[in-house]
Amino acid sequence: MSWFLFILLAVLTLGGGLGVVLTRNVVHAALALLLSLIAVAGVYLVLFAEFLALVQVLIYGGAVIIVLLFAIMLTRGSEYPRISDNRQWPLAALAAMGVLGVLIPSFLINSVDNTKAQSPAFTDLANSLFTRWAIPFEIASLVLLVALIGAIIIARTGRDEG
Amino acid sequence: MVSLFYFQLLSAGLFAIGLYGVLARRSAVLIVMSIELMLNAVNINLIAAASHLEGRGSFVRFDGQIIAIFIITIAAAEVGLALAIILRMYRNRSTVNVDEIDIMKW
Repeated sequence: MSWFLFILLAVLTLGGGLGVVLTRNVVHAALALLLSLIAVAGVYLVLFAEFLALVQVLIYGGAVIIVLLFAIMLTRGSEYPRISDNRQWPLAALAAMGVLGVLIPSFLINSVDNTKAQSPAFTDLANSLFTRWAIPFEIASLVLLVALIGAIIIARTGRDEG
Repeated sequence: MVSLFYFQLLSAGLFAIGLYGVLARRSAVLIVMSIELMLNAVNINLIAAASHLEGRGSFVRFDGQIIAIFIITIAAAEVGLALAIILRMYRNRSTVNVDEIDIMKW
Protein backbone atom coordinates (compact mmCIF):
# COMPACT_ATOMS: atom_id res chain seq x y z
CA MET A 1 0.00 0.00 0.00
CA SER A 2 2.71 2.46 0.91
CA TRP A 3 4.59 1.45 -2.27
CA PHE A 4 1.53 2.23 -4.37
CA LEU A 5 1.11 5.61 -2.68
CA PHE A 6 4.80 6.41 -2.98
CA ILE A 7 4.95 5.61 -6.71
CA LEU A 8 1.80 7.61 -7.38
CA LEU A 9 3.12 10.61 -5.44
CA ALA A 10 6.58 10.36 -7.01
CA VAL A 11 5.05 10.37 -10.50
CA LEU A 12 2.93 13.40 -9.60
CA THR A 13 5.91 15.22 -8.06
CA LEU A 14 8.29 14.62 -10.94
CA GLY A 15 5.57 15.18 -13.53
CA GLY A 16 4.66 18.50 -11.95
CA GLY A 17 8.32 19.46 -11.84
CA LEU A 18 8.77 18.61 -15.51
CA GLY A 19 5.65 20.62 -16.24
CA VAL A 20 7.20 23.64 -14.49
CA VAL A 21 10.43 23.52 -16.48
CA LEU A 22 9.05 22.45 -19.88
CA THR A 23 5.72 24.19 -20.45
CA ARG A 24 5.53 27.30 -22.64
CA ASN A 25 2.72 28.93 -20.66
CA VAL A 26 3.71 30.54 -17.37
CA VAL A 27 0.29 30.13 -15.74
CA HIS A 28 0.37 26.41 -16.57
CA ALA A 29 3.83 26.33 -14.99
CA ALA A 30 2.42 27.80 -11.76
CA LEU A 31 -0.39 25.22 -11.71
CA ALA A 32 2.10 22.39 -12.38
CA LEU A 33 4.17 23.73 -9.47
CA LEU A 34 1.06 23.58 -7.27
CA LEU A 35 0.50 19.92 -8.28
CA SER A 36 4.12 19.10 -7.50
CA LEU A 37 4.08 20.83 -4.11
CA ILE A 38 0.84 19.13 -3.01
CA ALA A 39 2.31 15.77 -4.07
CA VAL A 40 5.38 16.58 -1.95
CA ALA A 41 2.99 17.09 0.99
CA GLY A 42 1.72 13.57 0.26
CA VAL A 43 5.30 12.27 0.31
CA TYR A 44 5.68 13.82 3.77
CA LEU A 45 2.56 11.91 4.85
CA VAL A 46 4.12 8.64 3.59
CA LEU A 47 7.12 9.54 5.79
CA PHE A 48 4.79 10.11 8.81
CA ALA A 49 5.69 13.82 8.98
CA GLU A 50 2.12 15.02 9.45
CA PHE A 51 3.00 18.48 10.73
CA LEU A 52 5.31 19.14 7.79
CA ALA A 53 2.59 17.99 5.37
CA LEU A 54 0.16 20.48 6.93
CA VAL A 55 2.74 23.28 6.77
CA GLN A 56 3.57 22.39 3.17
CA VAL A 57 -0.08 22.61 2.07
CA LEU A 58 -0.65 25.85 3.97
CA ILE A 59 2.51 27.74 3.01
CA TYR A 60 3.37 26.38 -0.42
CA GLY A 61 -0.09 25.42 -1.63
CA GLY A 62 -1.58 28.60 -0.23
CA ALA A 63 0.83 31.47 0.13
CA VAL A 64 3.69 30.81 -2.28
CA ILE A 65 1.54 29.86 -5.27
CA ILE A 66 -0.71 32.87 -4.73
CA VAL A 67 2.32 35.19 -4.55
CA LEU A 68 3.74 33.68 -7.74
CA LEU A 69 0.40 34.07 -9.52
CA PHE A 70 0.36 37.71 -8.38
CA ALA A 71 3.83 38.14 -9.84
CA ILE A 72 2.65 36.68 -13.15
CA MET A 73 -0.47 38.85 -13.14
CA LEU A 74 1.33 42.10 -12.31
CA THR A 75 4.02 41.55 -14.94
CA ARG A 76 1.50 41.32 -17.76
CA GLY A 77 0.81 37.60 -18.13
CA SER A 78 -0.66 38.02 -21.59
CA GLU A 79 2.84 38.37 -22.98
CA TYR A 80 3.94 35.08 -21.58
CA PRO A 81 2.45 32.46 -23.95
CA ARG A 82 5.39 33.03 -26.29
CA ILE A 83 8.11 32.55 -23.68
CA SER A 84 11.05 30.51 -24.77
CA ASP A 85 14.06 28.99 -23.09
CA ASN A 86 17.46 30.46 -23.67
CA ARG A 87 19.97 29.03 -26.07
CA GLN A 88 22.03 27.27 -23.43
CA TRP A 89 19.34 24.71 -22.61
CA PRO A 90 21.39 21.69 -23.83
CA LEU A 91 24.15 22.79 -21.44
CA ALA A 92 21.56 23.10 -18.66
CA ALA A 93 20.26 19.59 -19.37
CA LEU A 94 23.83 18.32 -19.30
CA ALA A 95 24.45 20.01 -15.92
CA ALA A 96 21.24 18.56 -14.48
CA MET A 97 22.18 15.08 -15.71
CA GLY A 98 25.65 15.57 -14.21
CA VAL A 99 24.18 16.43 -10.80
CA LEU A 100 21.92 13.39 -11.03
CA GLY A 101 24.92 11.27 -11.99
CA VAL A 102 26.79 12.44 -8.89
CA LEU A 103 23.87 12.20 -6.46
CA ILE A 104 22.52 8.75 -7.30
CA PRO A 105 25.84 6.83 -7.02
CA SER A 106 26.59 8.63 -3.75
CA PHE A 107 23.20 7.60 -2.37
CA LEU A 108 23.86 4.03 -3.58
CA ILE A 109 27.32 3.88 -1.98
CA ASN A 110 26.14 5.26 1.36
CA SER A 111 22.88 3.34 1.44
CA VAL A 112 21.50 2.20 4.80
CA ASP A 113 19.67 -1.11 4.95
CA ASN A 114 16.56 -2.14 6.83
CA THR A 115 15.28 1.25 7.77
CA LYS A 116 11.70 1.94 8.74
CA ALA A 117 10.02 5.31 8.83
CA GLN A 118 9.31 6.46 12.38
CA SER A 119 6.89 9.09 13.48
CA PRO A 120 7.74 11.85 15.97
CA ALA A 121 5.22 12.96 18.55
CA PHE A 122 4.03 16.53 18.13
CA THR A 123 5.18 17.35 21.65
CA ASP A 124 8.70 16.13 20.85
CA LEU A 125 8.87 18.36 17.80
CA ALA A 126 7.60 21.35 19.75
CA ASN A 127 10.02 20.70 22.62
CA SER A 128 12.91 20.44 20.21
CA LEU A 129 11.89 23.55 18.30
CA PHE A 130 11.51 25.74 21.37
CA THR A 131 14.46 24.47 23.41
CA ARG A 132 17.39 23.23 21.32
CA TRP A 133 16.43 25.30 18.27
CA ALA A 134 15.10 28.37 20.09
CA ILE A 135 17.78 30.79 18.86
CA PRO A 136 17.51 29.77 15.18
CA PHE A 137 13.73 30.07 15.61
CA GLU A 138 14.04 33.68 16.82
CA ILE A 139 16.51 34.47 14.04
CA ALA A 140 14.06 33.03 11.50
CA SER A 141 11.32 35.34 12.77
CA LEU A 142 13.72 38.29 12.46
CA VAL A 143 14.60 37.21 8.91
CA LEU A 144 10.90 37.12 8.01
CA LEU A 145 10.39 40.62 9.43
CA VAL A 146 13.39 42.02 7.55
CA ALA A 147 12.31 40.31 4.32
CA LEU A 148 8.79 41.73 4.59
CA ILE A 149 10.01 45.27 5.28
CA GLY A 150 12.53 44.98 2.46
CA ALA A 151 9.87 43.71 0.07
CA ILE A 152 7.59 46.64 0.92
CA ILE A 153 10.39 49.16 0.45
CA ILE A 154 11.56 47.65 -2.85
CA ALA A 155 8.09 47.32 -4.38
CA ARG A 156 6.69 50.63 -3.11
CA THR A 157 5.83 53.39 -5.56
CA GLY A 158 6.59 56.47 -3.52
CA ARG A 159 7.24 60.01 -4.62
CA ASP A 160 10.38 60.07 -2.49
CA GLU A 161 12.00 57.04 -4.04
CA GLY A 162 15.55 57.32 -5.24
CA MET B 1 7.86 -0.29 3.53
CA VAL B 2 9.55 2.06 1.09
CA SER B 3 13.22 2.24 1.97
CA LEU B 4 15.23 5.42 2.30
CA PHE B 5 16.98 5.06 -1.06
CA TYR B 6 13.81 5.59 -3.10
CA PHE B 7 13.04 8.83 -1.29
CA GLN B 8 16.59 9.96 -2.01
CA LEU B 9 16.09 9.00 -5.66
CA LEU B 10 12.91 11.11 -5.82
CA SER B 11 14.71 13.99 -4.15
CA ALA B 12 17.67 13.80 -6.55
CA GLY B 13 15.33 13.72 -9.55
CA LEU B 14 13.37 16.74 -8.35
CA PHE B 15 16.60 18.62 -7.63
CA ALA B 16 17.92 17.91 -11.14
CA ILE B 17 14.65 19.11 -12.68
CA GLY B 18 14.82 22.31 -10.64
CA LEU B 19 18.45 22.87 -11.61
CA TYR B 20 17.56 22.48 -15.28
CA GLY B 21 14.77 25.03 -14.83
CA VAL B 22 17.05 27.56 -13.14
CA LEU B 23 19.66 27.27 -15.88
CA ALA B 24 17.41 27.06 -18.93
CA ARG B 25 14.51 29.41 -18.23
CA ARG B 26 14.56 33.08 -19.17
CA SER B 27 11.62 34.49 -17.23
CA ALA B 28 12.54 35.50 -13.66
CA VAL B 29 9.20 34.18 -12.35
CA LEU B 30 9.93 30.73 -13.77
CA ILE B 31 13.41 30.79 -12.26
CA VAL B 32 11.87 31.45 -8.83
CA MET B 33 9.50 28.51 -9.36
CA SER B 34 12.44 26.25 -10.23
CA ILE B 35 14.24 27.37 -7.06
CA GLU B 36 11.14 26.31 -5.12
CA LEU B 37 11.38 22.87 -6.72
CA MET B 38 15.01 22.55 -5.61
CA LEU B 39 14.16 23.62 -2.04
CA ASN B 40 11.42 21.00 -1.94
CA ALA B 41 13.83 18.33 -3.13
CA VAL B 42 16.15 19.20 -0.24
CA ASN B 43 13.20 19.08 2.17
CA ILE B 44 12.19 15.59 0.98
CA ASN B 45 15.75 14.43 1.55
CA LEU B 46 15.94 15.94 5.05
CA ILE B 47 12.59 14.59 6.20
CA ALA B 48 13.22 11.12 4.77
CA ALA B 49 16.58 10.96 6.53
CA ALA B 50 15.04 12.27 9.76
CA SER B 51 12.30 9.67 9.92
CA HIS B 52 14.31 6.71 8.59
CA LEU B 53 17.56 7.22 10.48
CA GLU B 54 16.15 8.43 13.81
CA GLY B 55 18.40 7.32 16.65
CA ARG B 56 21.37 6.34 14.46
CA GLY B 57 24.55 8.31 14.98
CA SER B 58 23.84 12.01 15.10
CA PHE B 59 20.27 11.69 13.79
CA VAL B 60 18.45 12.47 17.01
CA ARG B 61 15.10 13.98 17.93
CA PHE B 62 13.97 14.44 14.33
CA ASP B 63 16.25 17.41 13.75
CA GLY B 64 15.74 17.01 10.01
CA GLN B 65 12.10 17.98 10.35
CA ILE B 66 13.03 21.10 12.33
CA ILE B 67 15.54 22.11 9.66
CA ALA B 68 12.85 21.54 7.02
CA ILE B 69 10.56 23.93 8.92
CA PHE B 70 13.31 26.58 8.79
CA ILE B 71 13.83 25.96 5.07
CA ILE B 72 10.11 26.46 4.42
CA THR B 73 10.24 29.72 6.42
CA ILE B 74 13.21 31.04 4.45
CA ALA B 75 11.58 29.95 1.18
CA ALA B 76 8.47 31.96 2.01
CA ALA B 77 10.57 35.06 2.78
CA GLU B 78 12.54 34.51 -0.40
CA VAL B 79 9.43 34.34 -2.58
CA GLY B 80 8.12 37.58 -1.09
CA LEU B 81 11.39 39.40 -1.77
CA ALA B 82 11.65 37.87 -5.23
CA LEU B 83 8.18 39.16 -6.09
CA ALA B 84 9.17 42.67 -4.96
CA ILE B 85 12.39 42.61 -6.99
CA ILE B 86 10.61 41.25 -10.08
CA LEU B 87 7.95 43.97 -9.83
CA ARG B 88 10.58 46.69 -9.52
CA MET B 89 12.53 45.19 -12.42
CA TYR B 90 9.40 45.11 -14.54
CA ARG B 91 8.55 48.70 -13.69
CA ASN B 92 12.03 49.97 -14.54
CA ARG B 93 12.85 47.89 -17.61
CA SER B 94 9.37 46.55 -18.60
CA THR B 95 10.70 43.04 -18.91
CA VAL B 96 11.23 40.09 -16.59
CA ASN B 97 13.49 38.36 -19.06
CA VAL B 98 16.82 37.79 -17.32
CA ASP B 99 18.72 37.80 -20.62
CA GLU B 100 17.80 41.45 -21.15
CA ILE B 101 18.72 42.61 -17.63
CA ASP B 102 22.41 42.95 -18.47
CA ILE B 103 23.25 46.38 -17.07
CA MET B 104 25.69 44.87 -14.56
CA LYS B 105 27.19 42.47 -17.10
CA TRP B 106 30.80 43.18 -17.90
